[in-house]
Amino acid sequence: MLKQIEGSHAVAEAVALCRPEVICAYPISPQTHIVEGLGEMVKAGELSPCEFINVESEFAAMSVAIGASAAGARAYTATASQGLLFMTEAVFNAAGMGLPIVMTVANRAIGAPINIWNDHTDSMSQRDCGWIQLFAETNQEALDLHIQAFRLAEELSLPVMVCMDGFILTHAYERVDMPTQEQVDAFLPPFEPRQVLDPQDPVSMGAMVGPEAFTEVRYLAHVKQMQALDLIPGWAEEFRKAFGRDSGGLMHQYRMEDADTVVVALGSVLGTIKDTVDGLREKGHRIGVLGITCFRPWPTSALRAALERARKVSVVEKAFGVGLGGIVSANVRTSYSGSLDDVFTVIAGLGGRPITRESLARAFTEVEQGTSAPLVFLDLNRAAVDRALARERESRRSGPIAEALLRDVGLVTAQLR
Amino acid sequence: MSFQPVKFYQTGTFTVGNRLLPDGERSVQSTVRRHNSLNSGHRACQGCGEALGARYAIDAAMEVTGGQLIAANATGCLEVFSTPYPETSWQVPWIHSLFGNTAAVATGIAAALRVKGREDVRVVAQGGDGGTTDIGFGCLSGMFERNDDVLYICYDNGAYMNTGVQRSSATPPAARTATTAAVGSTPGNTFGQGKDLPAIAMAHGIPYVATATVSELRDLEAKVRRAMEFRGARYLHILVPCPLGWGHDSSLTIRMARLAHESGIFPVFEAENGEVTGVAKIRRQVPVEEYLKPQKRYAHLFSPRPNEDVIRRIQAQADRNIRRYRLLQDS
Ligand SMILES: Cc1ncc(C[n+]2csc(CCOP(=O)(O)OP(=O)(O)O)c2C)c(N)n1
Ligand code: SF4
Ligand SMILES: [Mg+2]
Repeated sequence: MLKQIEGSHAVAEAVALCRPEVICAYPISPQTHIVEGLGEMVKAGELSPCEFINVESEFAAMSVAIGASAAGARAYTATASQGLLFMTEAVFNAAGMGLPIVMTVANRAIGAPINIWNDHTDSMSQRDCGWIQLFAETNQEALDLHIQAFRLAEELSLPVMVCMDGFILTHAYERVDMPTQEQVDAFLPPFEPRQVLDPQDPVSMGAMVGPEAFTEVRYLAHVKQMQALDLIPGWAEEFRKAFGRDSGGLMHQYRMEDADTVVVALGSVLGTIKDTVDGLREKGHRIGVLGITCFRPWPTSALRAALERARKVSVVEKAFGVGLGGIVSANVRTSYSGSLDDVFTVIAGLGGRPITRESLARAFTEVEQGTSAPLVFLDLNRAAVDRALARERESRRSGPIAEALLRDVGLVTAQLR
Repeated sequence: MSFQPVKFYQTGTFTVGNRLLPDGERSVQSTVRRHNSLNSGHRACQGCGEALGARYAIDAAMEVTGGQLIAANATGCLEVFSTPYPETSWQVPWIHSLFGNTAAVATGIAAALRVKGREDVRVVAQGGDGGTTDIGFGCLSGMFERNDDVLYICYDNGAYMNTGVQRSSATPPAARTATTAAVGSTPGNTFGQGKDLPAIAMAHGIPYVATATVSELRDLEAKVRRAMEFRGARYLHILVPCPLGWGHDSSLTIRMARLAHESGIFPVFEAENGEVTGVAKIRRQVPVEEYLKPQKRYAHLFSPRPNEDVIRRIQAQADRNIRRYRLLQDS
C-alpha cells in the first residue's frame, strides 16, 4: 500500500511486519522515532506477542537482545552514533556468538565534538565487528532491507545492521510502498534458531575458547559472511518478484555502460550523485555510479567485475580513517584491477554538511581530468583550518580546538556577508 | 526414594547437619536426586567458596523449578573455571556474554520466555562482586528498577579474583589486594569506601533481597527457594571465601564464612519489598581478630606488630552491623 510517511515510521511498520518478539529501546537522535513507533504499536496491542523493553543504556539494549535471541526470540533494536559506540562490546559479542539480531543504525556523526547530524562514522567504526552491514539509499529501500535483514540474519545465524542516513532518511516524509503482512510472512519464515537456551536440551553458550580453536571459530564467522555474498543477490531477486521492487542486493549500478569514471558511494547521497552524474552525462562525460548496498560482507568479486572497465574511480565517503584517509576507498582498492592511484577519495557530508551537486560535479571533473588530489575534503574551509593551525604555532595554550574554530567560522561568515 | 545417611555434622559449631534433620529438610545435595548443575571436573581452586556457593544455589533453583531453569553468567572465576573449552560443567542451559551485562542478558532471556508463554522456565543471573557491584551495576540497577523476572546471585569474594585479586567496590577496608598493596602508612584498602549492594538492592523496592554465606548451606538453599516463590527482580548476595585471594588455607573456606557471620562482619538477613524480614542470629559474637588472623590479606594488621587502631575500626563496623540488623541472639 502506498503511504506518505516519515522514514522512521516506515521502518517501524516494516519491522512490525517482521513480527519481532523482543524490542529493546534506548533513545538517541535520530533513531528515536523508530523505537517510539514500535513502542506505540506494542502498547496498543497491534504488535503482539512482543515485549518492548525500555532499557537503561544501549549497552543494555544490545545485551537484552543477546539474551532474547539466545533464548530463541526474534530480537530487534535501533541506535545511532554514541549509542552504537556505547554498546560496542555487546555488538561484537552478538556477532561472535552468531545471534541473528537485527539493528537499525540511523547514521550520525561521532563526538567529540558532539554533533547530532548525519555521517557514517558510527557504522564504519563497527565495520569489522562481524555484523552484516546493509546501507539504504532511500526510505523504500530502508524498509525493504529490514524484511530481507531478518531472513538473512536467521538463515546464517549472524546479526545484521541496516544503516540509514540520520535525518536525511529517518526524518524525511516520502512516499513508500508498504507491503502487506501476507507478503512479508511469505518471504520471511518463522525464526528457527540454530542454538537456543532450552532446559530440555541444555547447552553452554559463550564458553572460554583458547588458541586451540579460536582461529577456527573466527574463520567460520568469515565463512558465514561469504555465504551471505552468495545468498544476497538471489534473495534480492526473489524479493523483486514477490514485492515488485529492486531493493537490496549487493550493489546498484547507474549509467555504468561505457563509463570511464565511476563514482562509488553508500546511502542516501547516491540520489544527489545520480543527479550530478545526469548533469555531467548531458555534457558528454562518460561517468557512472556504483552504489554499495552490502558493505559487510564486502562484495569483492562483484565489485571487481563492475569496475572492470573503469579508468578512474571516485569514492564519496561520509567518514574517514583519521591518519589514513578513505575507509570505503581502502576497501574499493582491494577490488579494483586498475592502478590503485586511480582510486580517489572524496570525504563529504561530515557531521551533516550539505553535499551539493555543484561541489560534487567539480570533484568528479577533477578526477576525470587527472587534476584531483588523491584525498579531497569536499568544501573544506581551508582558511578556518589555517587559522587554527596558526593559533597553535603562536601560542602554547591555544585552547580547545573546536570551540575556537567555531568562533572563527562565525566571524568568517559574518565577514562574507 | 532412598536417602544416604550423610554425615554432615559440623563439629564445634551450632550448625545443624543433615543427619539430624527429617528428609524433607535436608540439603538438596544430600539426595541422589540432586541435579549437579555445576558438575565435577571444573577448574576452581581447591576450597573455592564460589564453586561451592554456585553448586548449592543453582541446584536449589533447579530443585524448586523442576529443572526448568536458564542461567546467565558474568565473566569471572565462575565462568572461566566452569567452561574450559570444549568442556563445560554446566548441566543447565547456560550463557556467558560479557563481564558487565549479565543482568541485561537475563532480562532478555526472561522477555523471550514471556513472549513464548514459557514462564514456567525461570531465569537466574550470576556474577562475582566485581561483575555485580562495579562493571555490571548499571545493567543490574536497570533490571531491578524494571522488576524483570530474574534472580540475580552475586558471589562476593571481595575482589576481582579472576584477574589476580584486584580491589573492587566490595573489597573490605584494610584488605590487601594487588591494587591496594599492604604498604605505606595506611596499608590495604581504604576505609569509608565501597558499596553495600544488598542495601542498594533493597532501596529499589524489589520483592526479595537476601544475603547468605557458604557456611550455612541449608540457609542458602532456603533463600534460593524463597526467592523462587516471587516473580520479579530478586537479589541474593552470597559471601564466598576465596583461599587464593584471601590467603587462607583451602580447608578453612567454611570456617572463614562462618566467622564472617559470627563476628558481625557479614550480616546474614532477608528482606521483602525493601523491609528486613529476618536475620540469621549470632549466638556468640566472635572478635573480628579471629576472622582476620587466618587471612594473609590482613597479615599487615598483625605483624610486625598488631595494628590495634585498624582492628578496632573493623570491630566497630562489625558491632555496627550487629546493632543495625539486631544480629545478637537476645537483641
Ligand atoms: C569489560 C571487561 N573489563 C575487564 C575484564 C577483565 N576481567 C575478567 S574477569 C575479571 C574479574 C572478575 O571479578 P569478579 O566479578 O569479582 O569475579 P571473581 O573472578 O572474583 O569471581 C576481570 C576484571 C573483562 N573481561 N571485561
Ligand atoms: S581464585 Fe578464588 S574464586 Fe577463583 S577459583 Fe580460585 S578460589 Fe575460586
Ligand atoms: Mg570477586
